[in-house]
Amino acid sequence: MKEKTFVVSNRLGMHARPAALFVHAACRRTCRVEVVKAMNGEDVVVNGKSVMGIMMLAAAFGEKLRVRVDGPDEEAALKEFEGLFARKFDEE
Amino acid sequence: MIVIKGVAASPGIAIGKAYVFEPEEIVINRLDIPKKDVRFEVRRFKAALEATFRDLDAAEGKVLRMLGKEHARLIDTHRLILKDPLITKDVAKRIQKECVNAEFALSEALEVVNQMFEQMADEFFRERRHDLFDVGKRLLSHLMKQEKKTLSDIKGPSILVARNLLPSDTISLKENNVLGFVTDLGGKTSHTAILAQSMEIPAVVGLSDASHRIKTGDKVILDGEQGLVIIHPSPEAVVKYEKVRQKSIIEEAALESLVGVPAVTQDGREFKMMLNLDTVEELKAVLHVKGDGVGLFRTEYLYLNRSEAPGEEEQAKVYSHIAKSLDPLPLTIRTADIGGDRLTQLGLEGPKNEMNPFMGLRGIRLFLRHTDLLKTQFRAILRASLHGHVQVLLPMVSSLRELQSARRIFAQAQQELLAEGVKLPKKVPLGIMVEIPSAAILLDALLEEADFVSIGTNDLIQYVLAVDRINEEVAHLYDPYHPAVLRLLQHVVDVTHKHGKSVTLCGEMASDPKSVPLLVGLGLDVLSVAPRMFLRVKQAVRALKWSDTSEAVRRALSFSDSDQIRRLVNEL
Repeated sequence: MKEKTFVVSNRLGMHARPAALFVHAACRRTCRVEVVKAMNGEDVVVNGKSVMGIMMLAAAFGEKLRVRVDGPDEEAALKEFEGLFARKFDEE
Repeated sequence: MIVIKGVAASPGIAIGKAYVFEPEEIVINRLDIPKKDVRFEVRRFKAALEATFRDLDAAEGKVLRMLGKEHARLIDTHRLILKDPLITKDVAKRIQKECVNAEFALSEALEVVNQMFEQMADEFFRERRHDLFDVGKRLLSHLMKQEKKTLSDIKGPSILVARNLLPSDTISLKENNVLGFVTDLGGKTSHTAILAQSMEIPAVVGLSDASHRIKTGDKVILDGEQGLVIIHPSPEAVVKYEKVRQKSIIEEAALESLVGVPAVTQDGREFKMMLNLDTVEELKAVLHVKGDGVGLFRTEYLYLNRSEAPGEEEQAKVYSHIAKSLDPLPLTIRTADIGGDRLTQLGLEGPKNEMNPFMGLRGIRLFLRHTDLLKTQFRAILRASLHGHVQVLLPMVSSLRELQSARRIFAQAQQELLAEGVKLPKKVPLGIMVEIPSAAILLDALLEEADFVSIGTNDLIQYVLAVDRINEEVAHLYDPYHPAVLRLLQHVVDVTHKHGKSVTLCGEMASDPKSVPLLVGLGLDVLSVAPRMFLRVKQAVRALKWSDTSEAVRRALSFSDSDQIRRLVNEL
């Protein structure tokens, strides 16, 4: 299992389009993908392959998300997520 | 008279009778399913999923036809929701574990997600729950074999009033006599609001209890500019709003009467008027005003918001579609004028943080660095030339060598396609943008290789005057009436005509009715204009006398101050 923290860097946050991009990438992998956000001191964990799940986190610009991956292709998956966050989901 | 204030979601004024839309009450009962039938119940749920996917395919076709690709993405989101494990896995699990009917399991699963969304503080995120409802409702109606109530019951033009409108309802507003709509829920960023704007239907949303206050048949005024809804308006209010509405209708009608009429001056000199097209979505508006073709199709949008450059197939499809729709009128496709900052986003090697991107790696410079991008676009354009009258335009040409290099790649693309057995037309004209001063000055040499010329005034003016329009310290120095600009424009027109070729002006200047006298007087062959300004510019052309304008330009060329020129033009 691997975990990495990302900061949401696109202005509009993880709305439908970035969430969809993330989920598309997650669904291409066999590993389990979980996204965690601390809300009011509590960790909310959602399935990274669920677009509603990601949107439910309402992750806004500047907020932190922890992405947890577990499975044979976890490394590659994490790399791809890194790319998405680094490119601000191609929004700016 | 009651005035309520909501959120102005889509501009315009509508006056009419209300139609209150109450969607079917869906009552979902919990039914216990015998253990042996659970498998059947899951299968029934899967069948409903399949049917909903088919619905979405049909809706996608409709959105694509009516509103274009940008909005069809919405359907993609809905598809993703439908594939979401929260729906596919959780519902099936609930059916099996609790031995309940699919409808109940689904509504429970949706409710969990809904609760989460309702607690969100951020409006933008909260609004997304309507997309979930939309998908959920479709799914339920398939499970319950219940027809989804539609707007086709509306008789006569009405203002639609509803608690909430789902995006899928919004798509069918136009065909159902809806003048405008009013909803209790919703915000400016909801998909429903965005759809209303692109369909040009006035709308006010977020009125909280409008659907209770308003009864079917009530007279209502909807002011989409101010976000106001007036119920039982006083006669004075109706008169006032009717006047505002009439005025804009009269103006529109006057302009509308110019559709298909030639752009000819009072003394009989005819100009060609074409359109600037920014995305394929604008094609409908372009066809509506019946211009003489597309003078500038900007292809930049194809390269935005994506992680790799658009391929030949994708581009060829877009270009062919437009070429076919315009045929026999010409389609002028400009190769993408993207900047260096795009390169890294497209996964290519490129400069980071150029100090001055306007003078940096952009336009043909960038494409000559990445010739594969240029050749791909040339190939796609050439393939589209099979479907209509297509010509190519190169942006940011500053030297003969650039033009020659681009020509070579163009010829390669042609030969490749011919070798592959594609029957290309004999000649596809290749022209250049004149937007860098060196190209204007060296034009006689460039015209040995270029088939036509198009002047991009925005860049040309900024480079001639060395003014960055975005820099507020110097923005006031940006001046289309500067005598140096006028002399250079006259030079470009004269040199091009001496070579027996045609010159278009496609910059913002052509879309400004105030500068039209100057452009007419300069003797340009074609004005290429933004669709929304097209008829206004035509109106301006038709009000002028060619003899007056050419005389004015002749005089203006001797002036040394832009105020003199401006005054002269305003008098025409």
